[in-house]
Amino acid sequence: MTRFKKQFLAGPYLLWIIGFIVIPMLLIVYYAFFSNGSFTLNNVMAITDTVNLKAIILSLKVGITSTLLCLLLSYPLALILRNINIKSQNFIVFLFMLPMWMNFMLRILAWKLLLSKNGIFNSFLVQLNLPKINILNTPQAIIFGMVYDYLPFMLLPIYNSMANIKKDYIEAAQDLGASQIRILFQIILPLTISGIISGVVMVFVPTLTSFAIAELLGGGKVLLIGNVIEHDFIQGMRWDIGSGLSFVLMLFVLVSMILSNAFSNDSKEQKGGNVIL
Amino acid sequence: MKKNLIDFIDISKSYGDNLVLDKFNLTVKENEFVTLLGPSGCGKTTTLRLLGGFETPDEGKILFDGANITDLPANQRKLNTVFQKYSLFPHMTIGENIAFGLKISKKSSSYIKDKIKYALKLVNLDGFENRSVDSLSGGQQQRIAIARAIVNEPKVLLLDEPLGALDLKLRRSMQYELIRLKNELGITFVYVTHDQEEALTMSDQIVVMNQGYIQQIGSPEDIYNEPENAFVADFIGSSNILNGTMIRDCLVSVLGVEIPCVDEGFGNNTPVDVVIRPEDIVITSPENGFMEGDIISNIFKGVHYEIEILANGYTWLIHTTKNADVGAHVGINVDPFDIQIMKKAEHSDEKAVNIDDKI
Repeated sequence: MTRFKKQFLAGPYLLWIIGFIVIPMLLIVYYAFFSNGSFTLNNVMAITDTVNLKAIILSLKVGITSTLLCLLLSYPLALILRNINIKSQNFIVFLFMLPMWMNFMLRILAWKLLLSKNGIFNSFLVQLNLPKINILNTPQAIIFGMVYDYLPFMLLPIYNSMANIKKDYIEAAQDLGASQIRILFQIILPLTISGIISGVVMVFVPTLTSFAIAELLGGGKVLLIGNVIEHDFIQGMRWDIGSGLSFVLMLFVLVSMILSNAFSNDSKEQKGGNVIL
Repeated sequence: MKKNLIDFIDISKSYGDNLVLDKFNLTVKENEFVTLLGPSGCGKTTTLRLLGGFETPDEGKILFDGANITDLPANQRKLNTVFQKYSLFPHMTIGENIAFGLKISKKSSSYIKDKIKYALKLVNLDGFENRSVDSLSGGQQQRIAIARAIVNEPKVLLLDEPLGALDLKLRRSMQYELIRLKNELGITFVYVTHDQEEALTMSDQIVVMNQGYIQQIGSPEDIYNEPENAFVADFIGSSNILNGTMIRDCLVSVLGVEIPCVDEGFGNNTPVDVVIRPEDIVITSPENGFMEGDIISNIFKGVHYEIEILANGYTWLIHTTKNADVGAHVGINVDPFDIQIMKKAEHSDEKAVNIDDKI
């Protein structure tokens, strides 16, 4: 095939990239740094406004907490799955994936109903003569929703990396006298670092930037940075401020990606000691 | 008299309905190189895994130095294993791999450093401490796996087909290296293989196994020259195995021809298996042999010619250094000492029982 034909075949993808990735990005950058045709840093610096600053700090808290909770739930589960037979493994993983067949907005809406003041959860508590709890419209409810939605994205990469550890390594470590705890920290953990990092990125980035879950389970009372940006674009028609904040948020995502990349490169030359996450 | 180091006592093990070992008994003495030899599925690897602590027997017990270790977990047994697929930890350097066991037993860092140096020297890989596992070839990885096991100074080294993944030349040189290691370290080797040549080259004792039963235990010479049954004869080297009848002491009838032999005590007119090694058959002129036939093929094998002769309806396999023409009419002859007579086994269980009685 000639060079020309090859390039011709790549054409549609190039159009896609230009139309849906490059141009929108450039527009964001343009709106962020230019007001009425002149350069300005005001839009980006809008992050230092009390409301916006509070929102991004809360977003970081929610994102980090959700990611840690997903990790704490997924890792032991992946460890347990490793030790049961392959048929049950597939079935349990299938169960965890099953909710993903349904639109995530619908699932969050369902939780909104379940957790509401007079919802099923609270009427269950009343039946047991326990006090009602009002979890809805709090950051805790948002974290709960995020963990519920994004758990599979943490579980799958960890489970995959765990399943890829050959049984021989575990037996070799046992043979050399290693206890179960030593095997966990010196063999299994270092060999699943890449899975952990993929999982962390796949959960942290969407939880940091999400606004829909916060909108539904926060009832508009909890503002994450995603909600602020959404308000700027849709309600306030403040495209310049929205773009400026989006730009800052992208920087946060970029930094977290760079950090996790650096971490995964480190772990290749990792000296077999404990990994602190 | 060497003392017993390992005793398997009436060990039975099955996976589901598949009985792998049935009332298995075996004793390994100190400083021996013992090879478990047999086809795949004969229970040799299971035996090794039971000894390593990776499986527990359904019945019976395992004694190590006189103490019962049947229920002792793998990480508390004073033996180390070299696995078939090397199993070096991919996230550690070579040095860290070797140090793994030593760190667990809380050795000082200067001791560990010396030990790594010593072990690498022993396996001819000086200066490899800081290399990564994937930068090593298969043979080098296998030698590191051996180094990682022996630095812990185990009383017994278990080797599970460690040379299986290597090419022929490398396998040969590793065989010699293992023999050298065994002599230098003075530790007991329990070696599992399906390669009879490997077993004959390295072992002090060979345990031939089939279907969970021991078929024969003996030195390489015993196993090769005096196989106790047709399975052993067939499995070790290539053989001419024929149905025969023991007419009386020192006379056996094969393919309608009576041949003198040196075996006694089988009774008169008893059906037996007759084994003749291909290198023991001599090609002569038709009138000088006990049987005459035609050469149907001749393949040059380097050291010898592999010749097939069709005589009395049986295709004889002959290894000889003298060339012969295909199609020639010749006679074949065997020295009576080179004819091995074996009682016919009625079924595989009986084979094993017979041998157990002798032990």
